[in-house]
Amino acid sequence: MTNTWQDIRNANLVIVMGGNAAEAHPCGFKWVIEAKIENGAKLVVVDPRFTRTASVADYYAPIRPGTDIAFLSGVMRYLLEKDAIQHEYVRSYTNAGLIVREGYAFQDGLFSGYEEARHGYDRSTWDYELDEKGFAKSDDTWQDPRCVINLLKQHVARYTPEMVSRICGTPQDKFLHICELIAATAAPEKAMTSLFALGWTQHTVGSQNIRAMAMVQLLLGNIGVAGGGMNALRGHSNIQGLTDVGLLSNLMPGYLTLPNDRETTFDDYMKTRLFKPLRDGQTSYWQNYRKFVVSLQKALYGDAATAENNWAYDWLPKLDIPLYDVIKAFEMMNNGELTGYICQGFNPLQAFPDRGKIRRGLSKLKFLVTMDPLDTETSRFWQDFGPQNPAKPSEIQTEVFQLPTTCFAEESGSLVNSARWLQWHWKAAEAPGIAKSDIWIMTGIFQRLRELYRKEGGAFPDPVLNLTWKYTDPRAPDPEELAKEMNGRALTDLTDATTGAVTKGGTLLDSFAQLRDDGSTSAGCWIFTGSFTEKGNMMARRDATDPREQGIAPNWAWAWPANRRILYNRASADVNGKAWNPKKPIIEWNGTRWVGLDVPDYGPTVKPTDGVGPFIMNAEGMGRLFARDLMADGPFPEHYEPMESPVDNVLHPKVAHNPVARVFADDRANFGKREDFPYVATTYRLTEHFHFWTKHALINAILQPEEFVEIGEALAKEKGIEQGGWVKVSSKRGEVVCKAYVTKRIKPLTVDGKPTHVIGVPLHWGFTGQARKGYGANTLTPSVGDANTQTPEFKAFLVNVEKTTAPVAA
Amino acid sequence: MTMTRREFIKFTGLGLAASSLGMLGFGAAGVAQAAAVRPFKLTHATETRNTCTYCSVACGILIYSMGDRAKNALSNIIHIEGDPDHPVNRGTLCPKGSALLDIVHAPTRLKAPRYREPGSAEFKEVSWDFALDRIARLMKDDRDKHFQATNAAGTTVNRWTSIGMLAASASSSETSFLTWKVTRSLGMVVFDNQARV
Repeated sequence: MTNTWQDIRNANLVIVMGGNAAEAHPCGFKWVIEAKIENGAKLVVVDPRFTRTASVADYYAPIRPGTDIAFLSGVMRYLLEKDAIQHEYVRSYTNAGLIVREGYAFQDGLFSGYEEARHGYDRSTWDYELDEKGFAKSDDTWQDPRCVINLLKQHVARYTPEMVSRICGTPQDKFLHICELIAATAAPEKAMTSLFALGWTQHTVGSQNIRAMAMVQLLLGNIGVAGGGMNALRGHSNIQGLTDVGLLSNLMPGYLTLPNDRETTFDDYMKTRLFKPLRDGQTSYWQNYRKFVVSLQKALYGDAATAENNWAYDWLPKLDIPLYDVIKAFEMMNNGELTGYICQGFNPLQAFPDRGKIRRGLSKLKFLVTMDPLDTETSRFWQDFGPQNPAKPSEIQTEVFQLPTTCFAEESGSLVNSARWLQWHWKAAEAPGIAKSDIWIMTGIFQRLRELYRKEGGAFPDPVLNLTWKYTDPRAPDPEELAKEMNGRALTDLTDATTGAVTKGGTLLDSFAQLRDDGSTSAGCWIFTGSFTEKGNMMARRDATDPREQGIAPNWAWAWPANRRILYNRASADVNGKAWNPKKPIIEWNGTRWVGLDVPDYGPTVKPTDGVGPFIMNAEGMGRLFARDLMADGPFPEHYEPMESPVDNVLHPKVAHNPVARVFADDRANFGKREDFPYVATTYRLTEHFHFWTKHALINAILQPEEFVEIGEALAKEKGIEQGGWVKVSSKRGEVVCKAYVTKRIKPLTVDGKPTHVIGVPLHWGFTGQARKGYGANTLTPSVGDANTQTPEFKAFLVNVEKTTAPVAA
Repeated sequence: MTMTRREFIKFTGLGLAASSLGMLGFGAAGVAQAAAVRPFKLTHATETRNTCTYCSVACGILIYSMGDRAKNALSNIIHIEGDPDHPVNRGTLCPKGSALLDIVHAPTRLKAPRYREPGSAEFKEVSWDFALDRIARLMKDDRDKHFQATNAAGTTVNRWTSIGMLAASASSSETSFLTWKVTRSLGMVVFDNQARV
């Protein structure tokens, strides 16, 4: 989230698209209701289903799964055509006026530079025209046909209301009404907030779904302001934290990235991470990258990371491919390329696409380790549970270790919420039996490995032997010590260049601005610097005071970066430093510095007249309507059909799907055809369950005891399916036999003139826990991911449905 | 009359016990017992601040346990409710958070390490030492065999692709940092968490 949960109350319009906050995030959704009651806000919901969020909306429109980019491109077209954009904001704070180089083009579904053989783009033309100083050329009058705003107009011109309706199945009048509501927030003092979740990410165009809305928000001037922003409602309690700390195949803590094979030296690595400003005088904060990575290496390797060995650069693993994501991991497993797999609090047999492939992959491992408080399906993949998990144990040679761990109530530590707050929690009881914390278990494995390398030697032991482990109890490091390690310290006395103030060596740091690239500071996660200082554990703060009740509460816990609650908040004020919305200012220029409710996302004394852009992390200092070469699938979003789609791509039939989606051959062979699988399916959560955990909790297992699918009345009638009757839902990859819930909440859509039915597949059931056994939604879903992130396409695929009889009781 | 919240609970609880339970025919001893048990349930408990383990709204919760944290007293969690001071949830919990007690005490909570031999149809309980020794051995043998110090072009890559790991996005950031340190020091690259899905 760019903003906070409570800040939603400041919105004039709340749009929920790509999520279902009322059911998936109920206690956060209260702030939408607060916005409606206290701020007169309107709630708009666009969703394939009439969800509980839709049931309290002021306006609802249906949409076919996987067509959000067409809808949002239509919105952009409307805004540009009606000139309903916040001009001063767009002109000064976005790259609308920057000029794109000759050679960039888009035609018949492809951007310039497409290379068919590798399903990828040469992205070199997707950039600005540069002047002799290396700065981007611009035309503030927007007359140049190659400036971004004109290219955008041209790009979205195809998305007329007729076309949007034809692709999305959304009736034109509903689409246009929503456009009107959105356009009203172009007024400088009005804000729309976008609340979204996996309904946008889990598509082959997932990242571009989100970009499309971010562009809408930039056009409206809704980023950085109270009640605005792009608010990803994240899933697990610390999914934000694990992203921040970089537990993803290509990441390091604080959004630093692992090197690749071509970056053979530290200097090579830094070359693509220098982030030289693209306009004169811009902040381009990533210019400090070297300080962050050297401080990380000092945290990891202490005295063994030196200037002479380039801060142990060689000890970082180098990537030969962009991602070793989960779909790739299971492809490797199926090809016999993985020996072992460790699942820490993760249940891939339930969570990853194409369950059959997951089960086959696990069966090929030499060993599997699970670490979990609960008896997961994954840990028992080898056991026969009947049709829900058919297995022949005697034929599966995988060694399995099922390690019991503590749960939330039995450990202390911090979790990062969706709004980037680091909140500390405390242990309330011991774990059952001899279950242990993940920290103890990971330490136990590591200490044993280190001992083996000490005794036996072996492959490249240096990083294993030199990893810092200066904890009071080296067998069970204290969470507070780990928190301090991430926060970082001065390693020698540091003298501030401007103030002359000295920070003593050994002192915990207050700010990442203190970090150095000469080895005199350490910080395990630079964006967390300031969370645990000499003043104490800032994450444990409990002062809920909220000046003007604007939803900032600056002294409750601690937010990264720098305790900043609203990202890009410089953009909440105009070019002279006055708030666009005088009733809800966040920061303003007082003549000498930026002051207000929040920590400025800007140099605190940088004058508004200096022309420094508000998006200080970007090299051009501006919000990007044109993404340059940073997205795999294009600098502008484009509508591509889901990999399994009921219709042709009416915009460019020859490039129907995302042309740079990575598809493994076996997965492609497992895509179904619309003739065999005529219905669109989409997966989702219910309010009574959290993924595959709560079926282990008695109350939740009683509330939603068994697997079902939701089918609209029209389709049910056509197929003779009764309320509560048994159905078989099948895709190319497998079948689920469960009950049907026949509902008025999913209605057929008219897509390109044809009726299109959508089937809802809640995802909570498996074969362990207290609920009834189920097949799991991932039995049906295709193994293909978003072209940028490889997040699986769970939200739009094809199935067939048939009436069947109740299974014979076993 | 001024009362603290707890006194109020005690007071109303006693009133309830005296009236309704009395009418149901409990004797004086029964009434006294009921009064002692119900109203005092939380006043005797130890209160711990925590965060709901499910979604990223991160509702503040209060965990109540029996046991005073004395050295040899094992705490037993008896009640969990929303933290009224928390600025986001303001004391509320959803159908998942309201049932947190049931996940803490789920019958399928694991209590001891278990191991399944190749081809076996069952788990057997093993010691931590057995499990961790064996895992470390398997990992080291594979790393020594498959670690790639250089690629085909001869440049240093120091990666290990034949063992993968998924990290837990409901674990703390402190756990995750320690996990990151361990996996990357080994050169592991097949590495993700739920954020990938």
